[in-house]
This record gives sequence, structure tokens and C-alpha cells, in this order.
Amino acid sequence: MLGRTLRETLRINMKKEIPALMKPTFVWGRRHSVSVALKQGQITPTELCQRCLSLIKKTKFLNAYITVSEEVALKQAEESEKRYKKGHSLGDLDGIPIAVKDNFSTSGIETTCASNMLKGYVPPYNATVVQKLLDQGALLMGKTNLDEFAMGSGSTDGIFGPVKNPWSYSKQYREKRKQNSHSENEDSNWLITGGSSGGSAAAVSAFTCFAALGSDTGGSTRNPAAHCGVVGLKPSYGLVSRHGLIPLVNSMDVPGILTRCVDDAATVLGVLAGHDPKDSTTIQDPVKPFTLPSLTDVSKLCIGIPKEYLTPELSSEVQSLWSKAANLFESEGAKVTEVSLPHTSYSIVCYHVLCTSEVASNMARFDGLEYGHRCDSDVSTEAMYAATRREGFNDVVRGRILSGNFFLLKENYENYFVKAQKVRRLIANDFVNVFNSGVDVLLTPTTLSEAVPYTEFIKEDNRTRSAQDDIFTQAVNMAVCDQQLLTVAKWFEKQVQFPVIQLQELMDDCLSVFENEKLASVSLK
Amino acid sequence: MWARAVHLGLRAAARGRRGFTSKADPQGSGRVTGELIQHLERLSLVDFGSQEAVARLEKAIAFADRLRAVNTDGVEPMESVLEDRCLYLRSDNVVEGSCAEELLQNSHRVVEEYFVAPPGNISWSKLDEKQPFSHR
Repeated sequence: MLGRTLRETLRINMKKEIPALMKPTFVWGRRHSVSVALKQGQITPTELCQRCLSLIKKTKFLNAYITVSEEVALKQAEESEKRYKKGHSLGDLDGIPIAVKDNFSTSGIETTCASNMLKGYVPPYNATVVQKLLDQGALLMGKTNLDEFAMGSGSTDGIFGPVKNPWSYSKQYREKRKQNSHSENEDSNWLITGGSSGGSAAAVSAFTCFAALGSDTGGSTRNPAAHCGVVGLKPSYGLVSRHGLIPLVNSMDVPGILTRCVDDAATVLGVLAGHDPKDSTTIQDPVKPFTLPSLTDVSKLCIGIPKEYLTPELSSEVQSLWSKAANLFESEGAKVTEVSLPHTSYSIVCYHVLCTSEVASNMARFDGLEYGHRCDSDVSTEAMYAATRREGFNDVVRGRILSGNFFLLKENYENYFVKAQKVRRLIANDFVNVFNSGVDVLLTPTTLSEAVPYTEFIKEDNRTRSAQDDIFTQAVNMAVCDQQLLTVAKWFEKQVQFPVIQLQELMDDCLSVFENEKLASVSLK
Repeated sequence: MWARAVHLGLRAAARGRRGFTSKADPQGSGRVTGELIQHLERLSLVDFGSQEAVARLEKAIAFADRLRAVNTDGVEPMESVLEDRCLYLRSDNVVEGSCAEELLQNSHRVVEEYFVAPPGNISWSKLDEKQPFSHR
């Protein structure tokens, strides 16, 4: 079992179809482990790296990557290979391609946050989580695309353009669309990835890497994970260091993990979790790496279904999948019970106030003096700051700064900011009460509906979308959920056998290493 | 004085960007007055830039107003989910640093080991009396 010091929350990703009747192309039990393959010399880190680089090139149209660090990755692959030859691999992540969201500082590699403000900015240090992955021998394939400064729920609002959901190009989606006899050009109706860690989700979903780092403040890892059909894990606040993660909301930000299966997420969490002296908000409890046990008996488990999450905006498809998931647990002997989180409808509002307020403060550091964009005007300090910030930030960022400063005005502080903090306590207490009543795990959807076409998504502005799309995910960012969820998630994943994306043309020549098998995970098994 | 100077500075620095006239968003709360706009722009050192941005703020305020419906009598504000724990404090020893050169490289304007800022105490003559942004 997981140690008591490990606290994490996982939103079960609701895919478009639970293939109860569909035979998956991939049998989880016989999943081929790339980690084992590396250890046994069936593939070298350099070969693996090159295949992933090739896939990145082939999937460039997804716009998942802002920077591809080809030379760096190949060099790291070379070192990894030397280690494997000597039999001194660093661990399960040695030689494994990973990607990092472009709001994590990476030494010597441009870090932009998809903003003009940081275009060309090259940090002189690695974020702690990046360093930990590199210390384990992971290969850094590149920095992934996002909404500007991680503000958004579509990965559509960055300066490098939107990220396209790989599922838009999958055989499954194309067949579904043929059925609806749409005659439009396939590419014109591509789906969003969700956000803001859309690049990372797309990178993992399209097999260009085995794990990716995202960030999660109000759902930014879980939302794109759900839309791209990958596992998205938001560790509990304080478990993973934020040092080097360019901050959005200091009291809620958490580095997120995106992988193709739950075991991999657990492996990465094991590497990343733990106290960091450079981030004083990390908990000091000792954290040991762990292997997820395989749960066979869920009869002692109590699953809570929060009734307030059944909103009118929830699509019928997601609702039906939610029921199916609940029934699955029940049919296997778990106790499934309705619970109440009474302040749910206020949590998005509370989040909105706290988020914009902290953002207003955090964005104040961008003034053009020490790093980042600087305007040409040298008339006066304030004029320079203001022009720099106008040129550097997009509308969304500026809008949040202005809203945040409104809530922080002396005359508004009590009624908005402090009020939101009080409501936050009520929300946190809701979760505490539910978990104290015997519930082990909460089962909820992550998103209101499946991934929508980009053309549909942009009809509403960023703030409206974020308010809509974060509705299920942000409450947990304001609370702490102390339940050992990964074990349950792994059981669920095994039961459901989620379909693997079929990007046939891309896969065939790149991953022909294994006959009939596809590289999917890093696990030990 | 400073506030006005900044405001004018903002306008002066706008290259070719037209000032915008505003009118109260008819569906808004009406709380976003011209004075408030100037005040927020000065505090934030970013400008609204358009009428849409003002409308968005009005909507954001209206959205936040929903919190009034929650009864929070006797509830303490929650600043952090880890409020029950002590913040980690490390011992006051220098363990890293001496990286001035690396840090200076990221700036656009340096002189020797200094970041160069434009004058901060510049007093503005009234370049532009016309209020580019007026609210009725």
C-alpha cells in the first residue's frame, strides 16, 4: 500500500468510449515495458530517442512542442546508453523520453510560458522536478505548448498557437465522423486538447514521449489528460516541489504528471515527490518510492459520488460513463454511495477570485528589467514597465491582473479576497467531512463533455471557458485529499481497458521494433 | 502626480495604439468607472486596451459577487491547505550564489554589473491634457 505520507488525488479520465464490447488493440496484461526492453538491450536509449524525435517531427502539425531539444536529448541518450552497457542504469526512468511544459525552468533551454514576455528567456537553472527527472536519466525531448502563463482551459491562447488533439486524427474519431457524414475537410474540425497543459497531454497521447510534466492550478493537468485520453495526476499540494515552476497561484499550483498508464504516473510521482529545501511549502514528511500494488478486491472500498457534480451542463455521454464507472465498482463489490459537497457551486467563483488575486501579485515580477521582454521606451521607469507589460502579456493575462487588483483594492479586500478565503475553508471542510464519513475515494467526471472542435471552443472567451471547464477540477486544488487513490485508479484502468489511440500511419514505421506490440509504458512489469 | 504621470506615460508609450473611449457597459454592474479604470491601470501597470476588456472586468465582478450568498459567519479565512504545518525554514547559510554574470545575461540592458532602469523620478509635463478614456 502507499505510505501514509503520500497524498494524491486522481481524477479518473472519462474517455469517449469505454470499450465494453470493443476489443482493445492492446492487452494490458501483456503490455510491453520499454524499461525492461532497455535493460535487456532490446532497444538502446539512442534508438528510442531517435524514434521519438522522428515522431515529434511527424506530429509537428499538432503543435504540441514549442522547443524540441534534439541535441540535448541525444546527448543524454548517449550517456544513458553508456550506463546500460555497464549495467549501471539509474532506475526505471533511465533513457526514457519525457517532455516538460514550457512553464518549468530548464537550464540552457528557452522557457517561454507561451508568452511574448518570456520569449527568448533562457533560465540559468532547472526546476527541481526537471532536475529530479534528469538525475534519473530521463531524456528531455522538449518543452511543450500551453495557454499563455498557464491561463486557460484549451491550450489555445499561447503565442505559438493552439495545440491540436491527436485524437482528431485517430482512426476512431475519423470513423465516428464518417458515420455522422460530415463532409468538411478533416483538418478544419480538429479538436482541442483542453488545457492548459495541452502540449504535454498531446505529446504523451501521440507517443512522442512516455511521460510529461504539466502544471495544475485549477485542473490544467487533468483537463487535457481527460481530453487526450491519458492519465493525468495532480499530486496534493506540498508533495512535489514548485521551485522552478513559473508561478500562477502560489497556494494552489502543483506540478502535474501525464502518462499513458497509472503505473507510470506512480513511478514518476515516486521520483518527484519529497521535501525540497528550495520550496518551503513542500511537506517535510519522508517520502519513499513505491510500487503500486495490484488490487484484486475492492469490496472494502467506499466510493463517493458527489451529487452536486451532476450539473445540467454535464453532457449525457459523460454522465452515462460516470454511471458506468460507478456501476463497475459496485458490481465488483465496492460500496458506492452518494455524498454531498454542498459548496460545490461556489468553488469555481472562489477559485476565480483567489486565482486572479494571486496572479495579479505574481505577474508583478515581469517588468522588463532583469529578464524577459523589454520595450524600447526609456522615458521613465513606470512608462517602461507599463509598455513592456502591454507588449508582453496577452489579453487573458492582463484581464486577470486587472481583475485580481480589483479584488485586492482596499475597499474590496474584505468582501472579495477574504470572503473567498473563507469560502475556501468551507469547501475544504466539505471534503474533510466526506472523507471522515468513511468514503475512500470520490468518483467524478473531469470535464463536462468530450473534447470540442476548436471552432466551437473559441466562441466563448477564455474567462468564460475556464469558469465552465474547471468546474469539476478546481475544488480539489483548494482542499487536500488524503486518500490512496493511485491503487484504485490502477484497478479501474485494468478493468476498463481504455482503447489506445490508433494513429496508424504514424506508428507503423516508427514503432516497428516490437512485432504486434506497441510501446506504451515504462512500468516494471 | 505620479498617478497622472504614469497614466500619461501609458498613453505616450502606446505606439500607434489609439486611445479608446468607453461607455458604461449597459449590462455591467456599472461599478467600473473611469476613475476605477485609471486606478487599476496604474496599480497593475497594464492597460485595459479596449472596451471589451472593461466589459470582461464587469462580468468578472458580477461573477465574484455570487460569493455574497454564502454564509461565512464565524469562518476563518484559509490561506493555505497546509496551515496546520510549520513552514520549513532552513539554516541561514550561504549554499549557492555567485552567479551574477549568468543572471545579468538575461537582461536587455546592463552596464557592468548593474541592471539599467530608466529614470524613476521623472516629472511629467502635461503632455496631453485630453483624457483619452472618459466614462459617462
